[in-house]
Amino acid sequence: MTTRAINLRIGAFLVIVLSAVALLSLVWTPYDHTMLSVTEKFRPTSAAHWLGTDQLGRDVLSLLMAASVNSLAVAFIAVGVGGAIGTALGLTASACGGWVETAIMRLADLGFAFPALLFAIMLAAAFGPSLSNAILAIAFINVPIFARVARGAANQIWTRDYVLAGRAAGASQFSLTVEHVLPNISAALIVQATIEFAVAILAEAALSYLGLGAQPPMPSWGRMLNEAQTLMYLAPQLAIYPGLCIIAAVLGFGLLGDGLRDVSDPRLARGRA
Amino acid sequence: MIEVQDLSVRFGEAEALRRISLTLTPGERLGLVGESGSGKSMLGLALMGMLPEQAAMSGRLTIDAHDLSGAADREWREMRARKVAMIFQEPMMALNPLRRVGDTVMEPLRLHLGLSKSDARRRALELFEETGIQDPEEKLRQYPHELSGGQRQRVLIALALACDPGILIADEPTTALDAHVALRITDLLTRLARDRGMMLVFISHDLAAVARTAETVAVMYGGEIVEMGPVGQVLSDPKHPYTKGLLHARPTITGGELRKRLPMIPGNVPALADLPPGCRFSGRCAVELPHCAGTRPAIHAVGGSRSCACHRVPEVMDGAME
Amino acid sequence: MQVFLLRRTLGFLATILAISVIVFLVMNVLPGDPSVTILGIDSTEDARAALRAQLGLDDPIWLRYLHWIWGAVRGDFGTSYFFRVPVSDLILERLPLTLSLAAFGTLATVTLGILLGVIAAANHGRAGDWLIMLVSQLGIAVPAFWLSMLLVLLFAVKLRWLPPGGFPGWDDPVAALRSLILPTTALALVQSAVLARVTRSSALEVMRLDFVRTARASGMTRGRILGRHILPNALVPIVTIVGMQVAGVVTGTIVIENVFYLPGLGRLVFQSIANRDLFTVQALVVLFAAIVVTTNFLVDIAYVLIDPRLKGRLS
Repeated sequence: MTTRAINLRIGAFLVIVLSAVALLSLVWTPYDHTMLSVTEKFRPTSAAHWLGTDQLGRDVLSLLMAASVNSLAVAFIAVGVGGAIGTALGLTASACGGWVETAIMRLADLGFAFPALLFAIMLAAAFGPSLSNAILAIAFINVPIFARVARGAANQIWTRDYVLAGRAAGASQFSLTVEHVLPNISAALIVQATIEFAVAILAEAALSYLGLGAQPPMPSWGRMLNEAQTLMYLAPQLAIYPGLCIIAAVLGFGLLGDGLRDVSDPRLARGRA
Repeated sequence: MIEVQDLSVRFGEAEALRRISLTLTPGERLGLVGESGSGKSMLGLALMGMLPEQAAMSGRLTIDAHDLSGAADREWREMRARKVAMIFQEPMMALNPLRRVGDTVMEPLRLHLGLSKSDARRRALELFEETGIQDPEEKLRQYPHELSGGQRQRVLIALALACDPGILIADEPTTALDAHVALRITDLLTRLARDRGMMLVFISHDLAAVARTAETVAVMYGGEIVEMGPVGQVLSDPKHPYTKGLLHARPTITGGELRKRLPMIPGNVPALADLPPGCRFSGRCAVELPHCAGTRPAIHAVGGSRSCACHRVPEVMDGAME
Repeated sequence: MQVFLLRRTLGFLATILAISVIVFLVMNVLPGDPSVTILGIDSTEDARAALRAQLGLDDPIWLRYLHWIWGAVRGDFGTSYFFRVPVSDLILERLPLTLSLAAFGTLATVTLGILLGVIAAANHGRAGDWLIMLVSQLGIAVPAFWLSMLLVLLFAVKLRWLPPGGFPGWDDPVAALRSLILPTTALALVQSAVLARVTRSSALEVMRLDFVRTARASGMTRGRILGRHILPNALVPIVTIVGMQVAGVVTGTIVIENVFYLPGLGRLVFQSIANRDLFTVQALVVLFAAIVVTTNFLVDIAYVLIDPRLKGRLS
């Protein structure tokens, strides 16, 4: 088995486990993650609390499980919304060409000047920090990325014979885009989305850690790390688990995306590993 | 002086070179001819110690009394540029695109000969002049992409000659060039070898180019030398059925029009792993005997300094095959 | 060549201008009344009116923008509502720390990333390559702030070799540099993972090219071929990634300063968000975005310096 096949399998495995845990946590967690307990603070690992309890006596495993939903949901919404808008812009640019294409791609270039954190800072200053602002910021950085990918892939499709034939038959740019271009670039978009999923999970964790994302009492890996930082002398284990969860999630989607790309386009895989 | 004895190169089970033996004396010009896949380039790389990492070499290889059989890369590095130099097929990509060609030629001069910057520059200029580069002063400062294919090949020849090697291996140096440029490069190589008393190993699939350049020719097929001898004799009176086929397959110009004669060699060169264990040419040979595919032919001396590896050589000598 | 430089410079200036418009719109127009943003929704209408008058918020939006941008061009970003000092003073005071962190971070990232990438490429397919690729794959997935916490846990809490955070000021350079070691390390370890992978694949790509064989035939050592012939040719994709990573380093300094309590621009921007200090945030966001755009501009110019073929095509 090649290294790439191993990567793809590890990635798929991590993503499936993570998704399963997130789904499970919707119906069941070992404890109610919002349940506080004055007597059960800073408990180490035990049969009752597999990963111990935090500074407020909450069950850490339950918190981590509940937070996984938050992580995946944020990534899903942000990449979904940003990706859809970006793809629409990229397809428009490709279908129209000319000054429309130039204008859209210039705007996309401009978008790259704002890392997600910078955009989130702007929104937080204007509207106050909130998870929806964090989602908006992450969605925003996905727009230029998907615009570029969609336009690049679409431009290649427009020169294909079946598209030319459709155009000769009098089909509109819009119907050609929907019928031929979009289905043919979907593989590239899915690969990109998987990779951006990893980036989004990392971004959500960072924003929540900095207080610009999930607000209390919403469970989030990033926010758990923020709380753990001040308690590092007292309970270093609280700083370890959420970090491992983030790594597993980011690694999972990253490996899966890389693996899918190698499978869908061996040309890109050459020289990369 | 190059002495090669029973040199074989294997890639796992496949034998890319099989028991090559040849001797080159100072100043001798050898042509290596054969189709692609015949092993001629592999033999050139073996003489530079630049075989691919996966290759396993056996046999004896001596250059100027240095035994290089199984030598480490470090030993080979001492030989390269100073004793043996090589130029390659594609002059387009054979030069570092980010460097002025003058700097490229000066690099071995400064590194191996320890020349100062100004001395190296002077020497590079002389080399450019010797290899017939127009406006050498200006060319020293130019980048590869600013030169034509022929000029680049001349720069590569100048680079190869920088440390005054006794042996120059030229692997298809003219294949990528226009016909008239190719002709000038072959003549340049012949002149340089003659003037400097340098051994030249000229690797080509082009029999006409070999005839112009070399004194001795070795015809290769399937990783073996099937026939060797003075170039005039071999080309005018080939003994091996493969050489005969090769000569007949040559395109000729009749009445101003290029015409390919009927191919005398049926089929294609088989893949390395599919070659027959006996005579490599069996299966494609027109005068094959039943035992040819299973038994290796001995190398027969066929008059004077010629040799031929064919089971039917004695008959060929009698002319029975004609 | 001149035309190319002129066009790039004009494009660069236009981008900076466009950024300022976007930031101004997002922070001044979308939220509605900036005086509410600054004073909070509980504020009285009288207080808001007073603030509006003081800040000139009753002018039409385009006039306010022109006013702001004209000031910004002259280095005047207005007065911090919270600190009651010019925003430019606040920035200049904290700039050296952030710039040092960014410079050290970039330097360490580039050194480490290229070094690891080259080592991996030189050992292609062997254990060293495999190990570096594994570690860098992990490095891409590790959040910089979490790595920072682990570094603090190990080097400050357990081993007590380095301070866990804070900044003693430049008066004691040794202490100042010591306090930047962990932040720089956290920044560079994460950023260099991507760079190492790109360097490796780029170097492997170049190794296949014919001129490497020519260099070998000229009796060059492996090290010399790698350093003088392969690496310069592998540089174009590397520089592209380094340019893209500057966005990561800028973001990184903001995060890292908050992890290590370093009083730089990244701290300032978060204090300003908490203090609803709109003008300070606005100036900082434009500044950070401008840094990202400027680096990409410099990268574009760097291509031409690296590759003489481009210069030929442009003239």
